[in-house]
Amino acid sequence: MKVPKIRKAKTEKVAPPPPVDGAQVVSGTEFLLSMVETHWYSRNGDARKMEVRLKAEQELARIEEQIEHLQAVPGQSEETRRQIEQLHERVDALRRQIHASYGAWEKTELARHPQRPYTLDYVERIFTDWSEIHGDRGFADDPAIVTGMARFHGDEVVVIGQQKARDAKQRVYRNFGMPHPEGYRKALRVMHFAEKFGRPIFTFVDTDGAHPGLGAEERGQGEAIAVNLREMARLKVPIIATVIGVGGSGGALAIAVADRVLMMENAVYSVISPEGCASIMWRDATKKALAAEAMKITATDLSELGCIDGVVPEPEGGAHADHEAAAALLDQTLQTHFQQLRKTPIPELLASRYNKFRNMAQFYRVEA
Amino acid sequence: MAWFKRQSGELDTSGERKVRTEGLWVKCDSCRQIIWKKDLEDNLNVCPKCDKHFRIDARSRLTQLLDEGQYDTFDANLVSTDPLKFVDLKAYSSRLKQASKDTGLTDAVINAQGKLNGRPVVMSAMEYAFIGGSMGAVVGEVITRAIEKSAGTKQPLIIISASGGARMMEGVISLMQLAKISAALARLDELKIPYISVLTDPTTGGVTASFAMLGDLNIAEPGALIGFAGPRVIEQTIRQKLPQGFQRSEFLLEHGMLDAVVHRRELKPYISRALDFMVQAA
Repeated sequence: MKVPKIRKAKTEKVAPPPPVDGAQVVSGTEFLLSMVETHWYSRNGDARKMEVRLKAEQELARIEEQIEHLQAVPGQSEETRRQIEQLHERVDALRRQIHASYGAWEKTELARHPQRPYTLDYVERIFTDWSEIHGDRGFADDPAIVTGMARFHGDEVVVIGQQKARDAKQRVYRNFGMPHPEGYRKALRVMHFAEKFGRPIFTFVDTDGAHPGLGAEERGQGEAIAVNLREMARLKVPIIATVIGVGGSGGALAIAVADRVLMMENAVYSVISPEGCASIMWRDATKKALAAEAMKITATDLSELGCIDGVVPEPEGGAHADHEAAAALLDQTLQTHFQQLRKTPIPELLASRYNKFRNMAQFYRVEA
Repeated sequence: MAWFKRQSGELDTSGERKVRTEGLWVKCDSCRQIIWKKDLEDNLNVCPKCDKHFRIDARSRLTQLLDEGQYDTFDANLVSTDPLKFVDLKAYSSRLKQASKDTGLTDAVINAQGKLNGRPVVMSAMEYAFIGGSMGAVVGEVITRAIEKSAGTKQPLIIISASGGARMMEGVISLMQLAKISAALARLDELKIPYISVLTDPTTGGVTASFAMLGDLNIAEPGALIGFAGPRVIEQTIRQKLPQGFQRSEFLLEHGMLDAVVHRRELKPYISRALDFMVQAA
């Protein structure tokens, strides 16, 4: 698995003066720089984490080598097999440890990982009989959002999700998963279609944000998102939204006003990208790791803030490492919530959806 | 010892003859006309020469629109708890304190009840001077309460937006306010209570993507910047210069995104006329 590394603060490298008589000489500049670096990490609470992870990574590499070595031996004895098993256990523990040490920025990188499963990857694995529905009946079909009919363990449902792509041509076609207003209008149209026939809705959120561009503004990006928010709040069918990768601001929320809002373990959900926040608040886009940490964007953070209803576990190493396992885990969680929601009468469902959002994110105090 | 003895007679500058000129004159950004501030104020802060609408604070807005400038505020005592303990170059808590000191408000919005041409209304006016009118948990809650007040009293709702969007220092909590407000507006809509959204300079981001665009009527003042993504973000994305007048009220009107562009002088009569239409005689 590729482990994203924290980028260290950029430091100007100054050539140290040549060592005198081979003795170890630390120049004043170097010393100062090391001080600055230590200070930077200690302030950002990364010093210990980094060290722990580094050690874990080194051990992991060593053990994996050992396992390979042991497995290469023909005719294994009972003893060797037991040894291998033990080592595998240790590997799992180490992976978990490494994973737990990921900061918000690393999670952002994982959430954006190009090998991460996208909406259609999950559709293929979790649903059957997928038939796509195109177009907003007003302007165009937006490939950045896919909508369609599908079956979820035999039940007729509608699936809606932002769609990213992996190769260059497809990426452009999908507009990097950034929808235009017609995409949101298509989503709403299909939601009303689902409502008319009483079919539950599954949405999958994976977008850096609604597309910022000339045409999008001309056609009312803000209005399209706003209408979706209002209509989803009163849609008379169960809705389950899952943030599978990046939940980018209003463009994500526009399909995520739901009875259940879930987040994959390595997904992020934020009001602005860490880069955007850094360049506005710090006036320096390289402070993205700091911004990511400060904004509280990981699944655990959102869960603690009470902004989501559940975290979906991912396979070891993250969803990109094993699409099948990731889909299976998601399927399991979706089924649990689906069964609960299906039993709830619609008026009750709407009332609890309203109350959830009404009472969400209440962070104020009343001054006398 | 000096060769010449200087007479120690400095020019007498007693305060009497000083004329204070600063703050009395304002230069219009648009037509560069120098305007006497009093003239500008008498003209509702609209340039008498070129009709440029200057930004005005929330209190002046309420005074201009409500009868005799009379109104009662409510929910004026909510204060942010800085849920993320956000610190960038400056701590959010100190930004809040500063903004509070500058504006005399606890956050970027005022809820008021008053009469508009004799008809009782609920009016919410945003204050751009308070951290760019940005929307965090407090603004979200206060606006939701205005909607609920309107639903409870059956009085029409008018929200005057002036905001850069969601407040970054409250992260995803700000984002969730969009959902909260929109859900409350869905209920108001079911009750068939009129809601007029007035968009003023500037209205962008999360505010445009929620309540500002959800009025039964969405009207704007001339020349106001209105959009979802800011012009700088768009320029960086598409890497080309944006056309003149892009994202101004008139541009949105032309593209069918606004119901009307109304001069500040005409705002009250326009709203009053619309409410005549929308409110059914009991």
